[in-house]
Amino acid sequence: MTDIPTLHGAAKVDKESPFIRFLRATEIDARLLGMIAALILIWVGFHFYGHFVNGFGAFLTPRNLWNLSVQTSSIGVMATGMVLVIVTRHIDLSVGSILGFSAMSMAILQVWILPEFLGLGHPMIWIITVVFGLLIGAAIGAFHGYLIAYLSIPAFIVTLGGLLVWRGAAFLLARGETISPVDATFKHLGGGPFGAIGSTGSWIVGLLGCTAAVALIFSGRAQRRRFQFPLRPVWAEAFLASVSCGGIIAFVLLVNSYPWPKGIVKQYVAANNIETPVSEIFISHGFAIPVLIMIAVGIAMTFLATRTRFGRYVFAIGGNPEAAELAGINTRWVTVKIFALMGMLCGLSAVIASARLNSATNNLGTLDELYVIAAAVIGGTSFAGGIGTIYGAILGALVMQSLQTGMVLIGFDAAIQQIVVGTVLVVAVWIDSVYRRRAK
Amino acid sequence: MSSETSGTPLVEIKDLSIAFGGIKAVDQASVDLFPGEVVAILGHNGAGKSTLIKVLSGAYKRDGGQIFVNGEEADINNPRDAKQYGIETIYQTLAVADNVDAAANLYLGREILTSFGTLDDAAMEAEARKVMGRLNPNFQRFKEPVSKLSGGQRQSVAIARAILFNARILIMDEPTAALGPQETEQVSELIQQLKKEGIGIFLISHDIHDVFDLADRVAVMKNGQMVGYARTEDVSKDEVLGMIIMGKCPAGAVAGPGAMQEA
Repeated sequence: MTDIPTLHGAAKVDKESPFIRFLRATEIDARLLGMIAALILIWVGFHFYGHFVNGFGAFLTPRNLWNLSVQTSSIGVMATGMVLVIVTRHIDLSVGSILGFSAMSMAILQVWILPEFLGLGHPMIWIITVVFGLLIGAAIGAFHGYLIAYLSIPAFIVTLGGLLVWRGAAFLLARGETISPVDATFKHLGGGPFGAIGSTGSWIVGLLGCTAAVALIFSGRAQRRRFQFPLRPVWAEAFLASVSCGGIIAFVLLVNSYPWPKGIVKQYVAANNIETPVSEIFISHGFAIPVLIMIAVGIAMTFLATRTRFGRYVFAIGGNPEAAELAGINTRWVTVKIFALMGMLCGLSAVIASARLNSATNNLGTLDELYVIAAAVIGGTSFAGGIGTIYGAILGALVMQSLQTGMVLIGFDAAIQQIVVGTVLVVAVWIDSVYRRRAK
Repeated sequence: MSSETSGTPLVEIKDLSIAFGGIKAVDQASVDLFPGEVVAILGHNGAGKSTLIKVLSGAYKRDGGQIFVNGEEADINNPRDAKQYGIETIYQTLAVADNVDAAANLYLGREILTSFGTLDDAAMEAEARKVMGRLNPNFQRFKEPVSKLSGGQRQSVAIARAILFNARILIMDEPTAALGPQETEQVSELIQQLKKEGIGIFLISHDIHDVFDLADRVAVMKNGQMVGYARTEDVSKDEVLGMIIMGKCPAGAVAGPGAMQEA
């Protein structure tokens, strides 16, 4: 008990390459590095393909990357929930339809119903609408979870049914109409020039992020020392701190270098009686609100998955459902909670997606289930259960969206896009399984 | 039954029955257990011993019969209920979650929380180090998922989990099935130690050699019924084997409903 355990495999260190030693010291997951490498490859690849073939590299521009971050949000938010679903060896095929149904319900509430009682543009409308959307999503998810856990219907079937039922129900709600425009404040939740927090706000968020990253590294070190666990070398800690802060600051610089479009600036100048000529005004977008929502969801879900009892149960059930049950975990109730949470995240994505389009259409979220599942799986969530990370799923969503956006930018057909996305999914899972076998 | 042992039994199972699709896996079985006593439940594969014990640990729901804990009727419908009564079980399959570490497994379902309601991993690991230090002083791999551990190490995790929470009644289903001789010896020592602490232990085994020397009494099952009960000092191994194989009750044993009827 008193001896401080050495780093496992200390004897082997001599034989290892500097790269492996580096990974060991920093405790960076090799998978994470692989995903980031893949992402950079995709970005650079699309940029230079555009540059050389079309004469215009549009990918690595602030505008495209800013849009990419917004487009990733909706899928990214749902992918964090899908991780928990897949970790417990279930599947949710209904997320796109739940998104559609929630979006339609929210649109009806904020466009047809609430203005009659509160008046058009009332500041409470968006709050009531968002809460309502989250509750609708959670209720549908909980219902699916109940059918799966207590009536023992396979999740695949329940959510396949849900995929059809909720898409049909969304159609019936508004008789197939597209409801637009949505509430003026609600719209900002989807991004756009007014749905971003601007340059100063982004710097504040960025600095808070850096402070939190450094604080986490310090508190982690203090914890390890307190319980006499092996410490990371100081250079490794410094490296991690500088990489995370550098990444955050780079992101802030990026979103701040994307200016408002001329037309919007003109309106703004006219509305505020500013004298300066439009051509000399540079107003940054800053972080888009949906991106901040996704980051907040990512942090909250990581906390939930790793620091709470619920998260521990989710992973234990995924690892060995029978053992979890015998250990006294109410596995059925946990399943209901997982699906309710998944549904609530669909409601949140519905907010982002419908706010971004400024409308709710009947086909909103169609095929999202496949992108969400693909994001989770590319992010390292194992269908065998028990393995998966939230950050991986968000990165996975970013990879999927990068592919999608990149192919649009270089002018690939929709047909080719589908073929590429499908192939990438299969290849990614294959590489992952090879990696896992090697790791064992 | 065992009239020699006095006082209120820790556990008394009375006329317990459970059927799966018309097959009576356990048929009117009764058995009791006193503090500081080891009772071995023996029988062939499929004799109903694991099923009987799974009812007591809450994994199965009984169809009939009663369970008394300290003389009071206990209502056990799931594993959580059983743990409330201080009944802990080490399953034949070990029932550990392979993908999480030893400390997480030890505290599965009963995690230590910080004052913020989050998992207190450091405290759990510190406690885990203590209890594992008692069981298996060489154990150091606290950070790795249980799937990376050897059979014996996994077994010690399963045992540590059972004794961590001051169990009063311990059920061990084939406790040494996955172990080498040295680890088996450790389990025997552990059982002696737990006995001294006044814990009652049910040992389930199909192999009489594993448990005969550890047990104070044996209860033999065949085809879901109790063949008979005996103090280990009153019968020989061969006689118990006769009970297991043929259902024949020797002179030193008390016959149960499943005993072969003498012509």
